Amino acid sequence: MNTIIHDSVHVVLAFSLPPLLLGVIAKTKALFAGRVGPPLLQPYYDLFKLFQKGSVYSTTTTWVFRAGAVVGFVSAGIAVLLIPLSGSAAPISFTGDLILFAYLLGLGRFFTASAALDTGSAFEGMGAAREVTFACLAEPAFFLGLLVLAKLSGSLQLSGMLGSSLATHWANAGDSLALVLLSWFIVLLAENSRIPFDDPNTHLELTMIHEVMVLDHGGPAFGMILYGAALKLFVFGALVVRLAVPMTVGSAWLDWPIFVAGLLVVAVVIGVVESTMARLRLTRVPVLLVAACLLSAFAIILLVR
Amino acid sequence: MAPFLDPLLIVALALNFVALGVSRIRGVINAVALQGILLGILALFVHSEIGIRGILLVGGTICLKGFVIPRFLVHALREANIQHEVTPVVNYMNSILLGAVGTGLAMVFSSTLPLADTHKGLLLVPASLATVWTGFLMLTTRKKAIMQVLGYLLLENGIFLFGLLLLEAMPLLVEVGVLLDLFTGVFVMGIIIHHISREFASISTEHLTELKE
Amino acid sequence: MSLMLIIFPVVMAAVTFSVPSNRWRPWLLPLGAMGHLVLVLWVILRAAPGDPGTALGGWLALDALGKLVTVFLSVLFFLCSLYAPGYLALRSDRPNRVFCANIFIVQAMMTLVTLSHHLGLMWVAMEATTLASAPLLYFNHNSRSLEATWKYLLIGSVGIALALFGSFFLAYASLKAGLQSELLFDQLVKDAPRLSTPWLHAAFVLLFVGYGTKMGLAPMHTWKPDAYGEAPGIVGTLLAGGVTSCAFLAILRIYQICRAGADAEFAREIMIFMGLLSMAVAAVFMVRQRDIKRMLAYSSVEHMGILVLGIGVGGVAAYGALLHLINNGLTKGVLFLSAGNIHRAYGSKITDDVQGAIQRVPLSGSLFLAGFLAITGSPPFGPFVSEFTILNGAIGSGQYLAGGVFLLLLGIVFIGMGATVLAVVQGTPSDQGKANSFRDSVATGLPILLFMAIVLLLGLYIPPPLESLLRDAAAFLEVKR
Repeated sequence: MNTIIHDSVHVVLAFSLPPLLLGVIAKTKALFAGRVGPPLLQPYYDLFKLFQKGSVYSTTTTWVFRAGAVVGFVSAGIAVLLIPLSGSAAPISFTGDLILFAYLLGLGRFFTASAALDTGSAFEGMGAAREVTFACLAEPAFFLGLLVLAKLSGSLQLSGMLGSSLATHWANAGDSLALVLLSWFIVLLAENSRIPFDDPNTHLELTMIHEVMVLDHGGPAFGMILYGAALKLFVFGALVVRLAVPMTVGSAWLDWPIFVAGLLVVAVVIGVVESTMARLRLTRVPVLLVAACLLSAFAIILLVR
Repeated sequence: MAPFLDPLLIVALALNFVALGVSRIRGVINAVALQGILLGILALFVHSEIGIRGILLVGGTICLKGFVIPRFLVHALREANIQHEVTPVVNYMNSILLGAVGTGLAMVFSSTLPLADTHKGLLLVPASLATVWTGFLMLTTRKKAIMQVLGYLLLENGIFLFGLLLLEAMPLLVEVGVLLDLFTGVFVMGIIIHHISREFASISTEHLTELKE
Repeated sequence: MSLMLIIFPVVMAAVTFSVPSNRWRPWLLPLGAMGHLVLVLWVILRAAPGDPGTALGGWLALDALGKLVTVFLSVLFFLCSLYAPGYLALRSDRPNRVFCANIFIVQAMMTLVTLSHHLGLMWVAMEATTLASAPLLYFNHNSRSLEATWKYLLIGSVGIALALFGSFFLAYASLKAGLQSELLFDQLVKDAPRLSTPWLHAAFVLLFVGYGTKMGLAPMHTWKPDAYGEAPGIVGTLLAGGVTSCAFLAILRIYQICRAGADAEFAREIMIFMGLLSMAVAAVFMVRQRDIKRMLAYSSVEHMGILVLGIGVGGVAAYGALLHLINNGLTKGVLFLSAGNIHRAYGSKITDDVQGAIQRVPLSGSLFLAGFLAITGSPPFGPFVSEFTILNGAIGSGQYLAGGVFLLLLGIVFIGMGATVLAVVQGTPSDQGKANSFRDSVATGLPILLFMAIVLLLGLYIPPPLESLLRDAAAFLEVKR
């Protein structure tokens, strides 16, 4: 497959698959609970419905509120182009792109939180505060994990760090990589507000983190936020899959299906975690995040020891 | 030495943090029990040839540290009607951080120790020191008597890890004696916990402050 | 043959445990103790000079040091056991099955410590003494004794766990040196010059802290006042005279290895410092101490300090320390048992309630006073001789600072302890004290009198057999092999 086709597949998958992950998670949870559950494609219907609606904006809000939804979606959309999904280079790739990647995620969060604050509602402000607090703890875990990969691959390019060379490192630094994998999975759950950090299904005001911030959004803006959140899940899922299944067959016809299968497995695992665990008490959340940081930190210590 | 040693030790180390961070006593008991089982399995991997002696030791360790003692503690927990919350003096987050600092220091410190050539670069010594440290942490920062017993068990686990380096040097009688002492110790402590809970209707050692200057 | 010394008390424990009568069971204690004493003397007298009396392939051996401590423990145990029937008759409301059986177990394990020449086995035995003595502390079954037992058990077990760590380090020291890393004592002493020094030092520190906890050296002494304060007098004697002596013996063994490895200087500095620290801490807590049993506990901390100080100073002082081991143990017998009687007579052990003991219980009161004079090193009692020997050793070897501080602390302890003891024995007993039915009797008085007689005897004249045992032991300890 030449580069253009490869990149096209990348873009198509990256923008078409995310809602399906939500569908798979919901289905898994439904099966665990003994229900039939919504159809797998339900998130697509939801998005379609939302984008057809009109918009209502509160008069107290400014442009920040409108920008929040758009920037959140766009930043996730660019970030996904930086990850080497199938092992070969990503559509956008240059030395030091991991910095861009990290800041894109940060930018998205900044604007989502700002939009929440812009409404002037104390309730949404509380949600923003929680989101940012937990992000403070999740980010170090993520960065320390990146540090391990950078050290192993000797590259500061996501395509190099997560590329096909990763497979060889599992043999000599498997302990470290396993720790990073575990740590990143925890980060995935935290960043996407899944159980045990946040229950995306509850509408109990005191338990919510992410959902609280977006209560005032409606119509296409809310659709964009939902879509952006799904993209973010896809981004982190892709990172975890790349880390866990780094081997590449070499033939793109096989590598892409392997990646998609891996992603679906991750979605199922998230579903299983959500079905078997209870949400943590809010005060216990930092403990788990600090534990994730420590996992990554020990991965580094093991590496440089 | 065996290739599985380091991954197993990392799991054992991770269990230290689980023991420090979990808020239910049952969770801590399970973590310590799992670590006990791991210790037994580790003994299998440390040395290539395992005689009758080795099998006895591994079986005894797994049986005692993994099943008998935890069962007994769970029993004590139920008998004494203890509340399931750990009630730490130092909160979970700080406990974990202190544990991490200790583990980091153990790694640094053990790299400066003059180890025998075959033991260089192994995780065994740092894991041992870190587990001892975790045991001390739990002994000093938890209020409930049963948690202190668990801290003592962690401490013994750490010492056992170091003992793995000397497996050939230690005669069976001594190993068995150590295990027996450990078991009797926990047994006697369990009985006293029972008495404490009956006397004070709680097993928090906060009540044990009558004797002082 | 030496194996019999351990098996016999275990068998006696089993027999005691199976006797159904709460009333007659305590009488087995003096019987068994007498048997043990006879056995010990027979084994020692029968052994040809120079015969180490090894058993179990070198795991057990009766060396000069072991002989001394074994005899001492057996005598101490015998005298204590004489007190037991009288005491337990007063406490006939309590079942004493576990109590009596465990006393025998403790004795068996203490003997095992003195005999074992394998550091691992010694550790097992040492921990076993902790576990076996825990039920003895909890004899009174109240919240205070519960607290004391918990602290004793936990601190003791943790301390002793460190000693196990230290034993492993010691084994590693020989593994590192490419030697067969067995924990056999004789082997280690022989190999000592070749042991890896950093590991040896680390091992010494851990073992010293570990067994030091068991011995009750400051700052690891915190369990001691609680445990001794709540234990019955007889248990206090066994712990303060017996178990601590065993822990001291364990430290001596490690010291011997260090010494043989030309690391004596390192060990000695630690021992002198810790010895003086223990004395200082004890002195601070003994001044204005209102609880007589806690005061005795601090006195025990002080004397443990004196023991390690004596070994640290070395030379003549080491001989003095060994003599002091015996003097201290026996004097503690006088003090704990008479304090137990006074406690029983008044139903309290706080000086506010306890006054005029000499009028209330003349025998126990005067023995308590005499015991105080003895333990603080007044002539003509035994401790005077041993403390003077240690001081002599310190001055003689030019360690003026250690000697000076030693003397100063002894002075402070004398004043502090004196104030409490005199408050107890003088004055007129309160009405509440008179109401109690306890009176001095032969059963509870004679054993203390025997203790006192021996302490006095040791101050005036050391019998030649004991003298030769002491000389052998000191030579064994001090000789460089």
